[in-house]
Amino acid sequence: MNFELVIGLETHVELNTESKIFCSCGGHSSPKEPNDCVCPACCGMPGMLPVMNKRVVELAATAGLMLNCEINRYTTFDKKNYYYPDLPCAYQITQLNHPICVNGCVKVKTSNGERDIRIKQIHMEEDAGKLVHSSSSSFVDFNRTSVPLIEIVTQPDFRSAEEVVTYLGKLKSMFVSSGISECEEGAMRCDVNISVREEGAEEFGVRTEIKNMSSFEAIERAIKYEAQRHMDAIEFSTEELVQETRRFDDVSGKTFAMRNKETEADYRYFPDPNLMPIVIDDEWLEQIKANKPVALDEKAEEYLAQGISDKEIAMLLSEHKIAKLLDEVVALGCNAKDAAAWILTDCAGILRKAGLKLKDLSIKAESLSYLIKLVESSKLNRGAAKKALIAAIENGADIEKFVEDNGFLKEIDDSFIEAVIEKAIESNPQAVADYKAGKEKALMAIFGACMKELKGSGDPAVIRTKLAEKLNG
Amino acid sequence: MKYYAEIINENGNIAVDDTILVKDYLSSAGSKILDGYKPLFSAEAVERLENKGYSISGKTNVGEFALDLVGEFSYYNDIKDGDTLKGAASELVKQGKVKAALGVDMNGATRRAAALSDVSFLKPTYGTVSRYGVISCAASGEQLGVYANSADDIAEIMSVIAGNDKKDGTSLPEISYTYNTNEDVNGKKVCIVKELFDKADENTKAKITAFADALKAQNVLVEEISIDIFEVANTAWQILMTAETCNNVSRYDGVKYGHRSENYKNIDELYVNSRTEGFNFLTKAVILYGSEMLSKSRYADCYDKALKVRRVVSDVMNTLFEKYDAILTPVCSKCEYTSYDIKDAFTKVFEESVFTAVPNLIGIPALSTNSVQLMSKAFCESTLLSLAKAVERKGE
Repeated sequence: MNFELVIGLETHVELNTESKIFCSCGGHSSPKEPNDCVCPACCGMPGMLPVMNKRVVELAATAGLMLNCEINRYTTFDKKNYYYPDLPCAYQITQLNHPICVNGCVKVKTSNGERDIRIKQIHMEEDAGKLVHSSSSSFVDFNRTSVPLIEIVTQPDFRSAEEVVTYLGKLKSMFVSSGISECEEGAMRCDVNISVREEGAEEFGVRTEIKNMSSFEAIERAIKYEAQRHMDAIEFSTEELVQETRRFDDVSGKTFAMRNKETEADYRYFPDPNLMPIVIDDEWLEQIKANKPVALDEKAEEYLAQGISDKEIAMLLSEHKIAKLLDEVVALGCNAKDAAAWILTDCAGILRKAGLKLKDLSIKAESLSYLIKLVESSKLNRGAAKKALIAAIENGADIEKFVEDNGFLKEIDDSFIEAVIEKAIESNPQAVADYKAGKEKALMAIFGACMKELKGSGDPAVIRTKLAEKLNG
Repeated sequence: MKYYAEIINENGNIAVDDTILVKDYLSSAGSKILDGYKPLFSAEAVERLENKGYSISGKTNVGEFALDLVGEFSYYNDIKDGDTLKGAASELVKQGKVKAALGVDMNGATRRAAALSDVSFLKPTYGTVSRYGVISCAASGEQLGVYANSADDIAEIMSVIAGNDKKDGTSLPEISYTYNTNEDVNGKKVCIVKELFDKADENTKAKITAFADALKAQNVLVEEISIDIFEVANTAWQILMTAETCNNVSRYDGVKYGHRSENYKNIDELYVNSRTEGFNFLTKAVILYGSEMLSKSRYADCYDKALKVRRVVSDVMNTLFEKYDAILTPVCSKCEYTSYDIKDAFTKVFEESVFTAVPNLIGIPALSTNSVQLMSKAFCESTLLSLAKAVERKGE
């Protein structure tokens, strides 16, 4: 029997905001201690009321625009009721009836070609806290409660695990590059709805849902395991498939049914009277559209047109901060291709030696463009520029000051260079003799002496030519 | 009776009911489930009063989550069989112990208490007074209001506490409101609703007639009208109120604060036993009723329909207010309540709320004064206060 996989995805993405979704608590992205980013509101204390964080609406709408969704101009919040100690109010504020975005579409390219994945909706909601268990008791940490999330719900359009992982990778780089989410460990979580049917069949098979997975690798393994389980059940009647919620066990690589109690709850949704409906008027929507980062595909084409290589583009798109630095340096008048090389080859190399990552690069665009322009106009040689970069990256040195202090920029005239060359020839008689005897390499020793004397100023190519002329002449 | 659940300052001039938070003072909404709970912040209305030099005397006893008739079923109360029921805040105001008191009007308990103590209570337009720091039950209709002996005192306190608060998403944008009691009542039109008038006992009817006569003496036109919407409006409000209350009190689970049962072996037992011990019978009935209203099987027929009724009632009332400046109705069916069994409370409150539910349901203001009730369209509190003042003046 030939089977076809049918998969739909619900993806929770933590939004990158200063404060939580309904209160002004900040610092939740990097809490130091349990419960150090909490207030009476996100702890569910009586008397506190939720107040909408406008930024959440803007980021959610931006995500929707990037996924080609329609933006609902009238959007409302609902309460979802269930008891769990990490949910301080015993209800979660989410969107049921009027989600902010609907009817989107993403192109996913895999070995099977490019296919459209339809987005059913994107809604905003608050996250829950977490429980920490010891042998004798359990503790509640509310740092994560009310952290803003968007949930992106697709139609059952995926046909393979590869498509799912490609889609998730695309979402991730899209959201990271646009600053919508950091998408760090655990900040992107998936529920996978999966069924299997005979190829060509119209009807869907029995659907199971695998809850709450955050690593792409686990998602891929879970889908493959679950698909096989379904196929075995259908083809060899190994078991009777029932619609249920399952969890994936990372160690055994298998999925297990969750207790019925957790799956058959009636959440008693109803509209939250504490939050007035949000109306996104034309002016606001235009503002959101104007601030929307260029879509990934467009950005890639832009870089390609500037002569940046595929490999470099891939690096840029996965590090939003670095792409932004490049854009700024280019905006300051530098050549894009050169600037990309400076950042992705030179800086990256220095960072690597220092045990740092590309995203740790904290050089200002102004400093970098200053350096690049000096080199372009032959006022500084590459070696000196690199020294300045090393000083800046390793010791946080100020580039402009470093170049000044080391005399790299000493105004040099031809007669000074002549004098330096003369001096180098005089003080290296052995090398001169070797060179004249045909040892080309000996030239480098004299050249090195010149450069040392010039402390990096002067154009190396010019100096080399002059030196050769002198010795040959 | 025990007036205060917690005394703050014996010389204070404003009492606040126990559903309103005062920083660092026990605030339990009359319920064992919040026993020992001290809030980290004060209600916005309390802050505004303190900033203007008023001083809070203490937290007055309220019925658990203000779900009862006038405050009889507080965990901290000591009412005995056969006692005449009075509200704690309204009695303190009546006796002149405080100039005014704040109360939360959620299902009419404050307006009924004012009527039984013969003081006034204004439930203002929804969204004019911040609900920040109110132990919330029915968020879509509850509103903080003022008890006082005179219309002028109510206007004075309202002018302090009303106005936009960014901490409350339902707070209206207006920065401040002014309230006065000197609108010219000459030629104003007031109607008496026959259907509600007929539900009241003879003593109450006499109060309405006396109030109407006093208005007529000030050249107010008073007419009787027939309008059959109060029963359905009450049913709709009881559905919304119980559903929202069920949801809002679900946070009281024994995990974070308030009462925690000593008898539990796991989290389910902790929830069940803490809540079973912490809530009284009436609250439990409300939770069960509200939970049912929100269930999958009932939502469309009950909750959703109640939301639609809310819109219809609003339209009907607004049409009525095109013709009349105010509506005159009873606040409760009789002028005296005696204590009764809590197992009858749900039905009793439901029946009595037919007089009080519309202002909660659609957010319009209502003034309980001279043991009668006046309602107007939104933002016309000054008209209600001026009518009350005109009647006060006649009595002088």
